[in-house]
Amino acid sequence: MTRRIASFRSSLVLCAAFVSAAALLPLSARAQSDTNDPRAHLKAGLYDAGEAAKGLQLVAHVNKPDDFHPNDPGGLTYANSDLAFGGHYVYQGNFSGFQIWDISNPTKPVLTNHVVCFTEQGDVSVYGHLLFVSAENTGSRLDCGTQGIQDSVSKERMVGVRIFDISNPKAPKQVADVQTCRGSHTHTLVQDPNDKSVIYVYVSGLARVRSTSEMAGCEGGDITDPNTALFRIEVIRVPLAHPEQAKIVSSPRIFNDLTAPPTHGVAVADTANGAAVKAARRFLGRLGMPATATSADSDKAARLIADVMNFRNDTVKTKAATDSLKAMGLNLRIPGGARGGPSQCHDITVYPSAGYAAGACSGYGLLLNIKDPTHPVRLQAVADSNFSFWHSATFSNDASKLLFTDEWGGGTQPKCRATDPIDWGADAIFSLTDNTLTHKGYFKMPAAQTEQENCVAHNGNLVPVPGRDIMVQGWYQGGVSVFDFTDPAHPKEIAYFDRGPIDATKLVLGGYWAGYYYNGYIYGSEIARGLDVFKLTPTADLTQNEIDAAKLVHFAILNPQDQPKIVWPAAFPVARAYVDQLKRDNGLSAERLTSIESALKSAESASGAKRTATLEKLATALSHDAQGSSDTKRVRLLEGVVKGLEK
Amino acid sequence: MTAMSLSSRLSAAPRLAVALACAGLISAPISAQAASGPAHDYTKADVDFVQGMIYHHAQAVVMSDWAATHGARADVATLCKRIALSQRDEITMMQHWLEARHLDAPDPLNMLPDHSGPPHDESGMNMPGMNMKGMDMKGMAMGSQSMMMPGMLTPDQMRELDAAHGPAFDHLYLTGMIKHHEGALDMVAKLFNTPGSGQQPELFSFATDVDAGQRAEIGRMQAILKTLTPSPTQ
Repeated sequence: MTRRIASFRSSLVLCAAFVSAAALLPLSARAQSDTNDPRAHLKAGLYDAGEAAKGLQLVAHVNKPDDFHPNDPGGLTYANSDLAFGGHYVYQGNFSGFQIWDISNPTKPVLTNHVVCFTEQGDVSVYGHLLFVSAENTGSRLDCGTQGIQDSVSKERMVGVRIFDISNPKAPKQVADVQTCRGSHTHTLVQDPNDKSVIYVYVSGLARVRSTSEMAGCEGGDITDPNTALFRIEVIRVPLAHPEQAKIVSSPRIFNDLTAPPTHGVAVADTANGAAVKAARRFLGRLGMPATATSADSDKAARLIADVMNFRNDTVKTKAATDSLKAMGLNLRIPGGARGGPSQCHDITVYPSAGYAAGACSGYGLLLNIKDPTHPVRLQAVADSNFSFWHSATFSNDASKLLFTDEWGGGTQPKCRATDPIDWGADAIFSLTDNTLTHKGYFKMPAAQTEQENCVAHNGNLVPVPGRDIMVQGWYQGGVSVFDFTDPAHPKEIAYFDRGPIDATKLVLGGYWAGYYYNGYIYGSEIARGLDVFKLTPTADLTQNEIDAAKLVHFAILNPQDQPKIVWPAAFPVARAYVDQLKRDNGLSAERLTSIESALKSAESASGAKRTATLEKLATALSHDAQGSSDTKRVRLLEGVVKGLEK
Repeated sequence: MTAMSLSSRLSAAPRLAVALACAGLISAPISAQAASGPAHDYTKADVDFVQGMIYHHAQAVVMSDWAATHGARADVATLCKRIALSQRDEITMMQHWLEARHLDAPDPLNMLPDHSGPPHDESGMNMPGMNMKGMDMKGMAMGSQSMMMPGMLTPDQMRELDAAHGPAFDHLYLTGMIKHHEGALDMVAKLFNTPGSGQQPELFSFATDVDAGQRAEIGRMQAILKTLTPSPTQ
């Protein structure tokens, strides 16, 4: 407990220093989006738009089913949203329900079923035979209807997490509706390491707090109110054998102390107060301070007003100041009480094997300890002046890096124009060591996009190439982008696919809500156009061996916000991927690499004792190579695979 | 955001089979239903919110554009640039939302007497958005409550901000914009507190984003405010 507080305090200092440094960079010195990129000038069209690709090949496209109005794009009512994966199915959310695609043959997705159920945003997760769907719009109904809700208090309303039994994907059943005070904008499944019979759901809701007469306990107080439905997340416990018993079991207050003004030094308080007093003095007349007031009175009043300004989030100080002003005949209305800090997360990514969760929460990125899934504990909070809205997060596989996205403009705005700063609406990459986040760099899809394309950083996950940190990500109408952030200070794009705008004359909402890698293919959820499937193709930045090594990683289910640990089997493509990487970074001499390649080849074609002997000899040689290599770590990884192959 | 044809889609008649399946028998199978129906997808409160928010945003854009000419500190200028960029785009989105419904879409930023620079009209309103045809600019600016949305700076406050420079501008801008943002949060709260309102998906999404995004920005502005040194000009 002590350690947590200490680390949080030091992070505030760090974070303040970082904010100032980043903010002082002149805008003109920053790189801009590339207007010469092939993606910058593509022909518009709904289904006949121009396409540009590098290192990605579109292998399948399917439109939305007719119920979701595939030929009438533009709004959000039938917008596709997030994806979840289980076995040979892709579950695709929609603001008005969900779709179940059979991907037994990923190049030919077949619609197994779709369900119409107005829900917004319809983010999906899957676990066993259960499908979880986020419902947030205050017009979401228990009966799935689309007519909205006219009453301010209604038992028809369903905002929270809908749970379906999808044992038979052709006939999903609604088994539970877990209502929450602020709905569910997104949700995250969390497995309990000690109890396989349950699954937990972290709920992030951004909607207004419901009326207490609609749902008991939904209070909308400020952070000082222990019962407020703000400033917390909800944790739902779902017994897998009895999902109908799903209920909220805790509401962790992970934002506590985050908004309270930090105890700052006297000098800072004085200087801030000094300016505030001067500014406040000029407003006194408007508050009703007579011109004849003594200068001592007006000074006192000005100081009190400054206190109100400076200590907005401190209800005790604010009340004392406003009471004193009232006593002087000056009435100061404070709109809405304390505001400012995050009252909710937008999305949480958990990485149970590392014991971490990353919360993208309004103006902050939070690092949480989730070893006890029902009681996440905040380890650190980071801020960044280049970030508008912390949206989502992805850990590197070794949990040494954490990437946050900034959904500047909310996803409906064109934020990838040549005139938009390249580090706004981007990914911010942090190193993560000793429970501490340190900012290293930004990545933004580099091609300039038009005014007609909503574009900003959005959802993605890791592409399991061994030895590198590679991520695929949806950028709405900015397309799908694959990039390497092994060096967090210098991320580099390595593959992409993009279409022109849906409409050449106006912004019609569309593009990739998400791009996710799952068992060998990349799936893109296109808001307006449907579902796309891609395969990676070799380029100088990604070899066939690296692609083949990634294909060896197989998950039975994949919910990208419940990040699984990637483990590579000892296999020849993995060894060859490392060899290719050593070639790329000159980690060993060309002669040595050629010789290693031929040893791998002869081992693969041999069997029995000959194979073992070849591999043993290679492992010994690699152990020696490692000592003289500029990339010792990678040679050791290669050596480990070769030793694994011996078994 | 373009919301064409949405008016004919959102409030489609309930898909009866689905509704019955879901409401009546909670574990009954749900199947896809093809259905659509005519609809009226917005309320008067929705329209008031969007039209009012256009004026509200326009004032924020004008205030933020002043950073360049009023000696704002680098971090304040960066914040101003972000607010101006963000809210300009949101104004366009709101105008499209209204136009798609054949509703009056105010265009305050393009109704200024002088497009070339920040407005300095004598009303002191500095409130873009006054359609001056046949109207007394001064009287309207001062008298019309309809365009003074919550948190907006008064003509006097705008004049004061426009007259300020350097640290004084930074301070007035930040305190004013915090209040301005809080007004936007109040507008969102009012929208969602109006029965049946704020449910059209683009509008729900936008209003929710305004709430979350401006809340975050208030925190950022409060942090910058704490770092300001006293103004040498006062």
